[in-house]
Amino acid sequence: MFIPNRAAAGRPLIRRWLIAAAGLALGAGVVGQPAQAQETIKVGILHSLSGTMAISETTLKDVMLMLIDEQNKKGGVLGKKLEAVVVDPASNWPLFAEKARELITKDKVSVVFGCWTSVSRKSVLPVFKELNSILFYPVQYEGEESERNVFYTGAAPNQQAIPAVDYLMSKDGGSAKRWVLAGTDYVYPRTTNKILEAYLKQKGVAQTDIMINYTPFGHSDWQTIVSDIKKFGSAGKKTAVVSTINGDANVPFYKELGNQGVKATDIPVAAFSVGEEELAGLDTKPLVGHLAAWNYFQSIKSPVNANFIKTWQTFTKNPKRVTNDPMEAHVIGFAMWVKAVEKVKSTDPNKVIDALPGIEAPNLTGGTSKMLPNHHITKPVFIGEVRADGQFDTVWKTPGLVPGDAWSDYLDGSKELEADWVTLKCGNYNKVTKKCGGA
Amino acid sequence: MRSFCERLLALVFALSVVCVAANAARADAYEDALANFLADSFDDTIEGINAVAASGHPLAEKVIVALQDGRLLFSAEEKRVFFKDEADRLFDAASGSPATGSPPADLSPVRLNNRLRRIIEATLGSLTLMAPDPVKRFEAAQAVFKSKDANALPALDQAIAKETVARVKRALTEARAAVILYLDSAAETDKIDAVGIMRERGDQEALAVLRGLPDSNPPAVRQLAADAIASIERTLAAWETVQNAWYGISLGSVLLLAAIGLAITFGVMGVINMAHGEMVMLGAYTTFVVQEVIRTRYPGLFDYSLFIAIPLAFLIAGFVGVLIERGIIQFLYGRPLETLLATWGLSLILQQAVRTAFGPTNKDVGNPSWMSGSFDLGHITITYNRLWIVVFTLLVFVLLLALLRYTRLGLEMRAVTQNRSMAASMGIRTGWIDAMTFGLGSGIAGIAGVALSQIDNVSPNLGQGYIIDSFMVVVFGGVGNLWGTLVGALTLGIANKFLEPFAGAVLGKIAILVLIILFIQKRPRGLFALKGRAVEA
Repeated sequence: MFIPNRAAAGRPLIRRWLIAAAGLALGAGVVGQPAQAQETIKVGILHSLSGTMAISETTLKDVMLMLIDEQNKKGGVLGKKLEAVVVDPASNWPLFAEKARELITKDKVSVVFGCWTSVSRKSVLPVFKELNSILFYPVQYEGEESERNVFYTGAAPNQQAIPAVDYLMSKDGGSAKRWVLAGTDYVYPRTTNKILEAYLKQKGVAQTDIMINYTPFGHSDWQTIVSDIKKFGSAGKKTAVVSTINGDANVPFYKELGNQGVKATDIPVAAFSVGEEELAGLDTKPLVGHLAAWNYFQSIKSPVNANFIKTWQTFTKNPKRVTNDPMEAHVIGFAMWVKAVEKVKSTDPNKVIDALPGIEAPNLTGGTSKMLPNHHITKPVFIGEVRADGQFDTVWKTPGLVPGDAWSDYLDGSKELEADWVTLKCGNYNKVTKKCGGA
Repeated sequence: MRSFCERLLALVFALSVVCVAANAARADAYEDALANFLADSFDDTIEGINAVAASGHPLAEKVIVALQDGRLLFSAEEKRVFFKDEADRLFDAASGSPATGSPPADLSPVRLNNRLRRIIEATLGSLTLMAPDPVKRFEAAQAVFKSKDANALPALDQAIAKETVARVKRALTEARAAVILYLDSAAETDKIDAVGIMRERGDQEALAVLRGLPDSNPPAVRQLAADAIASIERTLAAWETVQNAWYGISLGSVLLLAAIGLAITFGVMGVINMAHGEMVMLGAYTTFVVQEVIRTRYPGLFDYSLFIAIPLAFLIAGFVGVLIERGIIQFLYGRPLETLLATWGLSLILQQAVRTAFGPTNKDVGNPSWMSGSFDLGHITITYNRLWIVVFTLLVFVLLLALLRYTRLGLEMRAVTQNRSMAASMGIRTGWIDAMTFGLGSGIAGIAGVALSQIDNVSPNLGQGYIIDSFMVVVFGGVGNLWGTLVGALTLGIANKFLEPFAGAVLGKIAILVLIILFIQKRPRGLFALKGRAVEA
């Protein structure tokens, strides 16, 4: 196109090289472990180990390997050893579905722990339904879903977003009257913000006191938005930011906040996607006082948590490795699955799915979480403030455990719906029309 | 807020009482106050702050400052409170003398939340209005401006009368005006003056004070305030244009920095290098490694870490660039599709290699002190990191231009790209020049990585975020022309920033993309098209 052709002699060599490169690049992934002689129960791990989401999901793969290792040390399940089958969907949503199919049909796994983004979960859903397998999904999400084959161990909006807003409205949280809802432009922030907007209006907040802002994935130039937030905050009313900004975009966002001098005492930012892992890549001193809402913090003092952190740091051979909320979700989910399998003495998906609701497992903050008929679990909600050392200081928590609500009570078309896989055998039962099948 | 004001009222009352009380009583009140910090409850801590401030004890300010900085510690078992000084030495808070013996096992900091931090700021503000240090007095005035605490009024009047530094005096007067506007019992004439002072201040905080004005104010004052708000809004709107222009230049300089290396490899050499972003990433990781070494071995050098990282990043990325050119690209000249695929595969390999070596999580690359914070220019905030990146980008651009224009290497590079066979027959080693040119482009991408590590994530995906923008800039500016890259980057940056406030970040980006596509339809060779025989080669 631009430069005269030359070096035609090198062609065969290059072609071979190209094929090799392409093979390496595209196929990078499958790390299935060798089949063992004795019979094992296979556990699939479906987390991205390369691509954009590797930053968050690699940790979850490691925690699953650790849990399986620990369980095997205790003698496995039903007298059989557990065997982890790790695949790499490479942050590529269609590849998630492909890899899920591979796990279920080729590797014959009994259960899959995996996914992070909602879009990856939506992409594997049809596969799990068609092949009737079980997925444990460990990340806080936007709700509005309940599937027979999926168990949601992360927070639903009422277990994270709503309590966080309640805190910001309270006297301790600064009695916020004006709200900035800032998020990355995809399904989780959009749905969560829709729920929050409805909730705020119900609480008497005027439309002019709500500013909604979306940015693309990986947005790195936050100058305009941070100065917009400052401007919005100068209306003489206490302002708070609720951030559903995802992943990588957070670091430049917080850097810009710090540099432009937006302090937590003036405009606090409450984030739903920023945990200990995300703060590890950040100088947190200018951020002290900004908030995060989660169901678990590494800093929470409880004997189980101390024990878990120790095991984790020994397992990863890194005494500084942090823990976070989705990891705890996997811990709970895995414990529940083991209990359910032992209860029905089988790994048959139908039996395990029926056995799971009602199963209880200890969470890492000292309580006991329970699997509900809507396939969500009960969790405590904590509000933490960023500390100078990159950890969170719990400043508020719900008095008890909050049951996860699949269908939000604040959205039209969703508040009539109910999920119950025990008595109603339906994920979207309409209480008004008394029919299963949505609004 | 009300109960807080009541408490402060109590505080001031207590202060006046305490002033005449005996020293012994003072010490007792102080020690009782300290006991509030033992409960590990936010409400008790607030009691503690107020009581300590009211005790008038000489250590009071020290204890509250320690609390603010998280250096106030307590032991619930021994029922004692300690504070640490900046050098991490432990003192008994009751006596102020260094703590003897081993510290208690359950020593932990007194916890804070935002509500407490605000109360502390307000309390310290009232306490330090008369501090000897003008910086402290200024901060105190700011704190009172925010808290609008009526009880600080007498102290403010006193402080204003005594103040000699003009800047502090203005801050104090503004703080007083803010208090007056929120005080129901203040005279109407005072309030009218206060509105005038706010109007003069004219920034967002003044706007916040005026907009939040209580309805109990007399109609005349409210009318004046409305006028003042309108006037301030007009001024600020004008400043906003300036601000958008600055943000645009800043974004443009980041785009330029990321694209300038590509302007060499793609623009001058015509190689579609999809691994360009990974060169940027390598530069950023070099910065991380340099900072790690400095942190562990020579912490004093931290502010110079970037100066050390820049040449290193240039060399490392440049070296990798030369390897890529010699190892792969030299066999693919003239076959753009295969180059594209090969370099794309290479970019994935490099990403995964870095991910394996450094782990998938973000790395913490710190800002040196001269790159943190911001300053105000008129009514816009300019952050130092953005400012330095603009300066740095222009510097790199000028150096590169000079290198191409005035050095022998530059001359040979231009000769080879313009007419390869002619250059070869003049005795130029074209293969060597190709490698050097590609190395130069990659090295500059590495330097860009050092700068970008200051504003973006340092993760294996760093480069991906910039590759598309970089190609856009180079194509828009005109392939093969460095000036085109400069103008292209700044145009895109400024256009983006003027669109963003109306269209939002997502739509703004789409709009820019559409505009570029339309522009390319009209001028396929970009802003600054190369003319002459070189184009046809």
